[in-house]
Amino acid sequence: MSKGELPKRHYLNANYNVWSWLLSTDHKRIAVLYMISLTMFFFVGGAAAILFRLELMTPQGDLVISETYNRLFTLHGVVMVFFFLIPSIPAVLGNFLLPMMIGARDLAFPRLNLLSWYLFMAGGVLAIAAIVGGGVDTGWTFYTPYSTTYANSQVMAMALGIFVAGFSSILTGLNFIVTTHTMRAPGMTWLRLPLFVWGQYATSIIFVLGTPVLAITLMLIALERGLGIGIFDPKLGGDPLLFQHLFWFYSHPAVYIMVLPTMAVISEIVPCFARKRIFGYSFIAFSSVAIAVLSFLVWGHHMFVSGQSLYAGLVFSFFSMLVAIPSAVKVFNWTATLYKGSISLETPMLYALGFIGLFTVGGLTGLFLATTAIDVHVHDTYFIVAHFHYIMVGGAVMGYLGGIHFWWPKMTGRMYPEMWGRVSAVIVFVGFNLTFFPQFLLGYLGMPRRYHVYAEEFQILNVMSSAGASILGLGYLIPLAYLLWSLKYGEIAGPNPWRATGLEWTTPSPPPTFNFDQTPIVTEEAYAYPPLTGAPADEKQFESVAS
Amino acid sequence: MDTSFRLFPEQASTAAAQVDRLYIFLLAVATFFTLLIFVLIVYFVFKYRRGARVDRTASPGRRFWILELTWTLIPLGLTMIMFGWGAELFFKLHHPPPDCIEINVLAKQWMWKIQHAHGKQEINALHIPVDKPVKLRMISEDVIHSFYVPNFRVKQDVLPGRYTTLWFQPTKAGRYHLFCAEYCGTSHSRMIGEIVVQEQVEYANWLQGGANVSQEAAGLKLFEQFRCATCHDNPANPRCPPLRGVFGRAVTLNNGGTLTADESYLRESILDPTAKIVAGYQPIMPTYKGQIGEEGIFQLIAYLKSLQPPRDMPPPSQTPGRGSSTKTDLKP
Repeated sequence: MSKGELPKRHYLNANYNVWSWLLSTDHKRIAVLYMISLTMFFFVGGAAAILFRLELMTPQGDLVISETYNRLFTLHGVVMVFFFLIPSIPAVLGNFLLPMMIGARDLAFPRLNLLSWYLFMAGGVLAIAAIVGGGVDTGWTFYTPYSTTYANSQVMAMALGIFVAGFSSILTGLNFIVTTHTMRAPGMTWLRLPLFVWGQYATSIIFVLGTPVLAITLMLIALERGLGIGIFDPKLGGDPLLFQHLFWFYSHPAVYIMVLPTMAVISEIVPCFARKRIFGYSFIAFSSVAIAVLSFLVWGHHMFVSGQSLYAGLVFSFFSMLVAIPSAVKVFNWTATLYKGSISLETPMLYALGFIGLFTVGGLTGLFLATTAIDVHVHDTYFIVAHFHYIMVGGAVMGYLGGIHFWWPKMTGRMYPEMWGRVSAVIVFVGFNLTFFPQFLLGYLGMPRRYHVYAEEFQILNVMSSAGASILGLGYLIPLAYLLWSLKYGEIAGPNPWRATGLEWTTPSPPPTFNFDQTPIVTEEAYAYPPLTGAPADEKQFESVAS
Repeated sequence: MDTSFRLFPEQASTAAAQVDRLYIFLLAVATFFTLLIFVLIVYFVFKYRRGARVDRTASPGRRFWILELTWTLIPLGLTMIMFGWGAELFFKLHHPPPDCIEINVLAKQWMWKIQHAHGKQEINALHIPVDKPVKLRMISEDVIHSFYVPNFRVKQDVLPGRYTTLWFQPTKAGRYHLFCAEYCGTSHSRMIGEIVVQEQVEYANWLQGGANVSQEAAGLKLFEQFRCATCHDNPANPRCPPLRGVFGRAVTLNNGGTLTADESYLRESILDPTAKIVAGYQPIMPTYKGQIGEEGIFQLIAYLKSLQPPRDMPPPSQTPGRGSSTKTDLKP
């Protein structure tokens, strides 16, 4: 394994022409296009958060006026959910790795893949236009009749942007499902697939079945707002709760779109840095599918106090408890993988272990919300905000960063600086907890969410949260800097710096455009790490490059 | 109002202690599992760190199924307890006792308008006596709002076009936050108020203060203004269902269905009269949408509730929570 030089030709330098990038159907180039655009959206959404966390340091509204504040939190939610989290891992890591992990040359529909990126960008441009044109002040949830009849903001433009971007999701999901079914290399049976593939597959089921409902719901908003057709506003003969049912029917499974891929990343990182086959492979694989299916049965847990019937509430509460179980099973299986492993704490592993802890807290607090009588008190308070940020930021974003670091050598041919990687992971972990843990306390104390001004007794916890946010922001800026730096100055990685199992690691780094010279033939289970005995001779083969 | 720093809001209603007890159970379970995972991870990472000389020979495979089963069934059992306990308490939170003080709440961007039965009106404040159950009937004039009192641990969305109800029983005199908890536009965070819980004597004094027109009297004025009696109380004109004693009466519709005439039915009959037609009558009532606002509807309903049925009509069915509206026969 020579790691002195990058391979002469690979997917990045195959062609330098701008059009060879903008019209590329290579899944790896499309993944890079997504990575760049998603990073920009992440920092736009993050900038809004910095502004409103600054405002929230004092109980009064003294940094911005209420109209602006309401647009800031809406921007943050819409951009982070629809233009960062939902595409993130599938569009970047899924696109890059799925074909490689199954031994294929590309996805089943490469041109459709390119179209997905253009749809995402078109939706994104519309969203930016809506923001620049004054923004939206409805919250990312667009509850009616406020959004259809009363809001005096760019609802139509933003709804159109999300509508268009949704088709990006649907096509990606379709592509992944067909690819997984039809393009696995010889010997790559379903139960030999890396769990990353199982995770993308389960996510794709949700993409394809759920997103159309969102599209229709947005269309109905446009019909009522634009043409006055009564669907949600009682003054026009409509029902405001109909909107909530339609919206959450998509948006609850959407949160599993945000978490299943990140769990899939963790399932790749932990075995590699514990040098051990994952514990409970089939349980984790089937849990992913179970979560995808159950996720469609729980949407009404967002509506316990909405005026929905009591009995509906109980049914949704029951299923919400059930959907937690497969996630718990995964957490225990990841922890058990560490037992009798040979563990090292490189940056991806730090992110993965941080994920497990924070996801556990986020998931357990989800049970509080599934418990109807408790949700009555904490619904629409900062308890909810804390819960979903533990999952989406402590979970999904940490998994995304862990995955980016883990596969960075494969994607770029270079290593990032390990010390800075570890330092940032710790800063993110500390900053995250300082930002969001106080919000659980604020929520139970009764501070409602989406409040520009608040009762003065809530100030101390708000100051803590804002302080944490500044640390968290720093933790995100540092990787941006060193990852860019590493593109030119990072140590050459070679094909498999982590000595990981998986077909993607059998190719050069960066890989050639067509991935494999010959279709690989698979004869082993996933995570076929050699058995460990603890004998010193075994240790040498596991020395990782980045120590 | 108590503004000192605390971790739990003060308990000021009969529900609060029950909700907090369930919360503490959930906290205990969550803390246990968080610590368990945290400790296991830290322990394994340390004990099995790369380079540590420790026995790593794989354990026998039998333990696999026991572990998977254990860590599936124990969480399942615990979540079912949470579900059941929560469901029971959720029911209690939604089933008021039969003798509540009934108060109407009209939410609009960005204020709470409270109407007491005796006529007292408040904005962004609600005076109630301690240790008596209170039931709010709420509706919005515009968008969805939500009536939230953290110290009572209760919350209910307030919708346009439909009544929602909320009950609670305060246990401690004092002033407590009222927050709007459903984002409703520009001044959502300023749509706040005070729940003022008073001792009985103080509350009685407060009720007396100021010249008030009772809800029923205001309702009668509207009844006359809009000439409802022309159809509904005119022996020479049997085109319309008589309204004396209508509240709580069992009503048969022309599609064969039956219902009990409650507040929501009366409201719908005024604003959307052709939605349900009483058996034996024609759909000829005009709508009063746009002419009578939600406040007026509250008052009309209070008036209608006060009408005694004529002697030859069956008595109204017993409906819980009818409240203490004074029954005065205001028409000869």
